Amino acid sequence: MIPAAFEYHAPASLDDATALLARLGEEAKILSGGQSLIPLMKLRLSSPPHVVDINGIPGLSYIREADGVLAIGALTRESELEESEIVRARYPLLHDTCKVIADPLVRNLATIGGNLAHADPANDHPATMLALGAEVVARGPSGQRRLPIASFFTGPFETALAPGELLVEIRIPAPAARSGGAYFKLERKVGDFATAAVAAQLTLRSDGAVEQAGIALTNVGLTPIKAVQAETSLRGKRLDDATIAQAARLASAASEPAADLRGSVAYKKDLVRVLTGRALRKAAERADRRR
Amino acid sequence: MRVQLSINGEKHEADVEPRLLLVHLIRDVLRLTGTHIGCDTTHCGACTVLLEGRPVKSCTMFAVQANGKSLMTVEGLEQDGKLHPLQEGFMAEHGLQCGYCTPGMLMTGYAFLGKHPTPTEDEIRVAISGNLCRCTGYVNIVKAVQHAAATLREGAAR
Ligand SMILES: Cc1cc2nc3c(=O)[nH]c(=O)nc-3n(C[C@H](O)[C@H](O)[C@H](O)COP(=O)(O)OP(=O)(O)OC[C@H]3O[C@@H](n4cnc5c(N)ncnc54)[C@H](O)[C@@H]3O)c2cc1C
Ligand code: FES
Ligand code: FES
Repeated sequence: MIPAAFEYHAPASLDDATALLARLGEEAKILSGGQSLIPLMKLRLSSPPHVVDINGIPGLSYIREADGVLAIGALTRESELEESEIVRARYPLLHDTCKVIADPLVRNLATIGGNLAHADPANDHPATMLALGAEVVARGPSGQRRLPIASFFTGPFETALAPGELLVEIRIPAPAARSGGAYFKLERKVGDFATAAVAAQLTLRSDGAVEQAGIALTNVGLTPIKAVQAETSLRGKRLDDATIAQAARLASAASEPAADLRGSVAYKKDLVRVLTGRALRKAAERADRRR
Repeated sequence: MRVQLSINGEKHEADVEPRLLLVHLIRDVLRLTGTHIGCDTTHCGACTVLLEGRPVKSCTMFAVQANGKSLMTVEGLEQDGKLHPLQEGFMAEHGLQCGYCTPGMLMTGYAFLGKHPTPTEDEIRVAISGNLCRCTGYVNIVKAVQHAAATLREGAAR
């Protein structure tokens, strides 16, 4: 399959990239890992006249924890997240997530910035970032701004990024003591998108009650879904079976899946319930270990 | 556009359209036909090559993106007429039938063994999970990688 012809640009700095994107407007597509864009171009579902490859811009690939924030450069590859010692040791929800995205070959190119900017409701990072309460940093010709992730996903394949704006960084609050998270995804096989998946992040008080809870859902709606009622239901409660079951039911009620080859609406809704329960238990177990 | 790249240690140059996929540069322009095209939809891994040492799907990259980069293809495994231990492993353990997936399996296996000299079966299975084999099955492919790991360890010990 051969994509339609396009003009290729490889800016060497962020300023060049934003100037170029401002000039080209709707005609241009940003190329990061290319693992979503190139398949779409090969199928001619996307035929941008201009492609702006940002891989040559230095300083967009890093994983740094400082001042209570884990900052991740947009061009960081999934495989780099997976291999990162900080991510493995301190951000188990993120570690779980990057390991189940696509397959190991795709993960060597696919970037975290592309995963969020693409805003496919089937992408896995969006729910994880919602559960973690992340922020994204966007950069356009007139400078930089920060957006809370909760207002980032505006529709299927649509984000709050202005045309020509680049996503340059993802910022995750560093976990408090007694915090833990987990990502549970059911996929039919390696490399498949989720039938459904659930991200959960918990911070417990010293008495074991929930101080803070983040719960979000993948591929069961037109956008990733933050299960706000399920989150609220946990606050101040100890995680006994009844509390977990109630949160799982509320998460399931928040899902809006469509029937497809992966399953019926009823099946997917029940799957959200089951996966939420498992993710909460795992998150609590991990939180308990990190006093 | 002019691209310059190194493949298996050898410098290559070509004039390409930006839309040319890396796999077509490798196979059709440079005539290194060891790298295969299977699905052409980023699923099978038959087109796997190493980009700066990491296995990637060359059907899902533009040739222009490889400008200035160093690549390795399956032709780079054999040295001075001698097969690489991984290739020997695939022969010894019957790791291929039709051979369609084999170049990709070999490149993924090669990069993997470089980082994991004493792999477990599970680690091998995860590593090759982006490479589909539709006829041999994975049992013998896993054995072939284990065979190569053992040979490489012996070589290193000597
Ligand atoms: C076989 C296969 C299986 C997959 N399975 C999964 C899966 O299970 N889960 C999952 O989450 N994903 C999956 N993916 C998608 C993969 O993770 C994508 O690579 C990812 O969604 C996009 O990242 P990218 O870096 O490749 O972006 P690209 O393909 O380069 O870009 C995607 C889109 O985002 C835009 N964009 C990219 N970077 C930026 C930026 N910094 N700022 C603004 N806009 C930007 C591009 O213009 C484009 O529109 C799969 C892909 C394949 C091929
Ligand atoms: S041909 Fe590239 S993944 Fe199948
Ligand atoms: S040997 Fe035939 S597909 Fe693997």
